[in-house]
Amino acid sequence: MNFLAVFDLLIPATGAGKAILAAVLLGAGAGLLGSFVVLRRVALMGDAISHAVLPGVVAGLIYSPDRHPGMIFLCAALAGLLGAGIVRALMSTTRLKSDTALGIVLASFFAFGIMWQSRNQAGTAGVMNFLFGNIGSINAADLKMMMVATVLLCVVVFVLKRPLLVMSFDEGFSQALGYPVRILNGIFYFLLTFSVVVALQAVGVVLVSAMLITPAAAAYLLTDKFGKMLLLSMAFGVLSGIIGGVISANVNGMPTGPVITLAATVVFAAVYFVAPKHGVLAKLLRTVKRRRRVRRENTLKAIYQIQESGGFTHEDVSLIEIARKRRNTEDHARKECASLLKYGFIEMSGDGHSVHLTAAGWKRAMEMVRNHRLWELYLTNEANYADDHVHEDAEKIEHILGANTVKQLEKDLDFPELDPHGKPIPQPQLLTPVS
Amino acid sequence: MNYLTIPWENLGFGAFWLMLMAFLVALPCSQMGSFLILRRMSLTGDAISHSVFPGVVIAFVFTGDLASPWLIIGAGLAGLASTVFIELIHKKTRVKQDAATGISFTALFALGVVLMETMLGKNVDLDLDCVLHGRLGLLLEEQHREIFGLMVPQPILIMAGVALLTIFLMMLFYRVLLLSAFDQGLAASYGYKPAVIHYCTMFAVSFIVVAAFQAVGAILVIALLILPGAAAYLCTHRLKIMLLLASIHALLSAVGGLYLHVWFNTDMASAVVVSGGVLLILAWLLGPVDGLMWKWLKDEEETPDKDASHSACSE
Repeated sequence: MNFLAVFDLLIPATGAGKAILAAVLLGAGAGLLGSFVVLRRVALMGDAISHAVLPGVVAGLIYSPDRHPGMIFLCAALAGLLGAGIVRALMSTTRLKSDTALGIVLASFFAFGIMWQSRNQAGTAGVMNFLFGNIGSINAADLKMMMVATVLLCVVVFVLKRPLLVMSFDEGFSQALGYPVRILNGIFYFLLTFSVVVALQAVGVVLVSAMLITPAAAAYLLTDKFGKMLLLSMAFGVLSGIIGGVISANVNGMPTGPVITLAATVVFAAVYFVAPKHGVLAKLLRTVKRRRRVRRENTLKAIYQIQESGGFTHEDVSLIEIARKRRNTEDHARKECASLLKYGFIEMSGDGHSVHLTAAGWKRAMEMVRNHRLWELYLTNEANYADDHVHEDAEKIEHILGANTVKQLEKDLDFPELDPHGKPIPQPQLLTPVS
Repeated sequence: MNYLTIPWENLGFGAFWLMLMAFLVALPCSQMGSFLILRRMSLTGDAISHSVFPGVVIAFVFTGDLASPWLIIGAGLAGLASTVFIELIHKKTRVKQDAATGISFTALFALGVVLMETMLGKNVDLDLDCVLHGRLGLLLEEQHREIFGLMVPQPILIMAGVALLTIFLMMLFYRVLLLSAFDQGLAASYGYKPAVIHYCTMFAVSFIVVAAFQAVGAILVIALLILPGAAAYLCTHRLKIMLLLASIHALLSAVGGLYLHVWFNTDMASAVVVSGGVLLILAWLLGPVDGLMWKWLKDEEETPDKDASHSACSE
């Protein structure tokens, strides 16, 4: 009892305070569990369970004496568990895929609930509150239950973090490690149902899924570490709970559940764009940078090849020659040379109409040409490609080959001197072209 | 025998209209849903039926008329928007398709609720009850129109149009749908653009969902999309037979729904779905391809054999 008294102290007196606390608890619990849901690719399981509890809620409302909340909760949880069980059974005994199995359970259970409710309209007046959620109606007793539930959830997840994590990535592997996969699965779906039912009263059927998925997906884009993902996902859940709670308390007519969902979506959208590694902008930036580098390196290679065809007798290469080699305009060649100049690979000579390679430029150009020719040789010798089929492939891979791969290639090909077309393979370490 | 005639005694010709309407709603859903199942996109029906909501609300705000065709257009656009969001999330990041679906439709649904609460105020005509139950139960009280001397409830005419259009379009594009359902790469190599097929399919699904939505409510639409196709899938390996079986499933659930509705005095739309669910359970147990019953029987027959082969191996 001492233990529960601590929770009593934490419960705020005002209605708005209660709503915000409920939103925070919800965000924390759903965020925590959501990480597993997102990783296991059962994101819509929460959706299916939240719809499948309906017959349980109806049964609880009709049959429990005085509509005892605990009984309703229990019936709802049982219906949800049954739904989750049927999804697993459908998937393991038929050819139906997970999406169809989830859809079948979601829709049939829900329809059954609605049918039952329509028979007993008087007895089930509170069904709407359950379906659409009403965070304002949450009282101190509900809050206490949510607190206990959230604490319990956190404890179970942190105790079982490792086996649950392994199972989320690879069920077979966790079986091989000796984890009791069936029991763990049971615990997982039990926890999921439990938190869905707890959250249901606050945000309603549809938005439970949002609380499970959106914060966890945002966290997934920010980190590669599972522990961090759990914490971030909880933090995002709590953050959206607070934002949603505060907005709906201060703006008239704003329903709490949807506002919390929208807050979570805004957080996700922000992460979607600006996440450092997996964000869309970062990816775009990386692509642009890579394209620029490839273009730069191709120009360097063109300069080398022009030099090579002249027998390395002239130092200068004119912009017109580069433009012709790259099949482009002179303006374009000038632009590319300006970028090379910035990186110190070339220097302008004379009147600015021709360029020559610096030492660094020579090295990089030779590396590119070597990579290209090594790869062509590798494809013809080791992979039995025809020698007129290898250029395209080498054209792509020359920019990616790392130092170790190059060493390995040279070793495997017995330190070759000529490529399949009879052209010499340069050796950048000597810093002079093979002439 | 009394049980079989009750609906006809109670409702007269109305029973026929109810059944026909339920069938007309379930038929296009069953055909489209079969392809969704094959494409592993069953839950896009779920996503779309929720995401059309803001489109409906916005169209309603501008027109102020619940019967306006703009509502369907708005809903279709919102459905397409959710498809675009799903693609943007799961193609551009490592978030998987299921999570992307969950994020998109909950966000759009929440947006719809917020718009409804803030822009429509308290005198809302878009009641939540309609979202749950649909208006199928009110069919006989709707406006009737005279066709060939017969008084036909107006929604039936609209739904018949939708069903005919759907079936016509599906026959027209059967080959494309078939190819893209089984092998997107092959379809692309024949010159059918996967993106175009995808968005056209999604637009068609939004259209059907919106048309069916008014009759049976948002969530039961999902059932009509998935149950017939899934039950048919358990019974056959051939697409044409699957489509045929799905339409038979739609017909049987309409009939079954009518009887459940009258026997137990329940809501008609959910009764149709429940009888569809019962049919699915039958297919699960007795289906010629995936039936559990046959698998159990086979196991029992094979068990002695297995033992024999085991002992043979160990010797």
